Amino acid sequence: MRIGVVTFPGSLDDRDAQRAVRIAGATPVALWHGDHDLQGVDAIILPGGFSYGDYLRAGAIASHSPIMAEVIDAAGRGVPVLGICNGFQTLAEARLVPGAHTRNAHQQFIRRDQKLRVENASTAWTNAFDANDEIVIPMKNADGRFVADAQTLARIEGEGQVVFRYLDVNPNGSLNDIAGVSNERGNVVGLMPHPEHATEPGFGPDTDEAMSSGVDGLKFFASVISTLVS
Amino acid sequence: MPTIVVEVMPKAELLDPQGKAVAGALVRLGKTEFSGVRIGKRFEVTVDRPVDDALLAEVRELAVDMFSNSVIEDVVSISVV
Repeated sequence: MRIGVVTFPGSLDDRDAQRAVRIAGATPVALWHGDHDLQGVDAIILPGGFSYGDYLRAGAIASHSPIMAEVIDAAGRGVPVLGICNGFQTLAEARLVPGAHTRNAHQQFIRRDQKLRVENASTAWTNAFDANDEIVIPMKNADGRFVADAQTLARIEGEGQVVFRYLDVNPNGSLNDIAGVSNERGNVVGLMPHPEHATEPGFGPDTDEAMSSGVDGLKFFASVISTLVS
Repeated sequence: MPTIVVEVMPKAELLDPQGKAVAGALVRLGKTEFSGVRIGKRFEVTVDRPVDDALLAEVRELAVDMFSNSVIEDVVSISVV
């Protein structure tokens, strides 16, 4: 099982995503933004960071990079694609998932361990969860406010394309508390919080049991592995 | 050298946090006659040859596909200066 992680200029969490893939039991493959080669990977992760310094719009320039032509093509063939934070922004800019992102409503960068509800546990990246599971994973962003027009919002709510919703607090003013969405087919998922930062005891969010012991992010990677096996 | 100017604004119905922050600063400066501020982008694209219809069409396409995101922004003008 080989899962590619694309590095763009300004990606920050590519190594963390590779590590999470390895912890979950798959083989990470480093992919380069300037290549047209997916190296035959079975799934693709667009990691967090600030590709191209967030110039123009977050994820906008990355969405036009050479490798994205192949990613868009692969997504169309049903290859699982996960966009985390800047990767989610890039997926939205590439029109692989609905909506777009603007500056957080309060104008501030935010970093917190965020509680989410899994709204759709049947996508390629969430099938190891049960619907309505509540998870805690870190989030950290300045341009995380999910927006879409009323018609699109109604459609994605109705079609089960809202995959994650913020619980307890809406940290950035996202419409309908939306933290993550998928494409119609469910093979492409994007979310602002970071599952790859909650995959290893000692380095995740605090839990009731112990400090830094949260590994709720592991199931994202377990999900895609089970998707690829089946 | 001709310059093609593309102006992009956040959609009117969307919250513009930057504009809102500047509007708040105006109030604090006592500039109470201004009721709002919205902040957009201006792109100045230069070319080394005269601008013709084909080139303008290409810039129009770029303006829609890359300079702006139609989910959150509108291209409000394209002009040659």
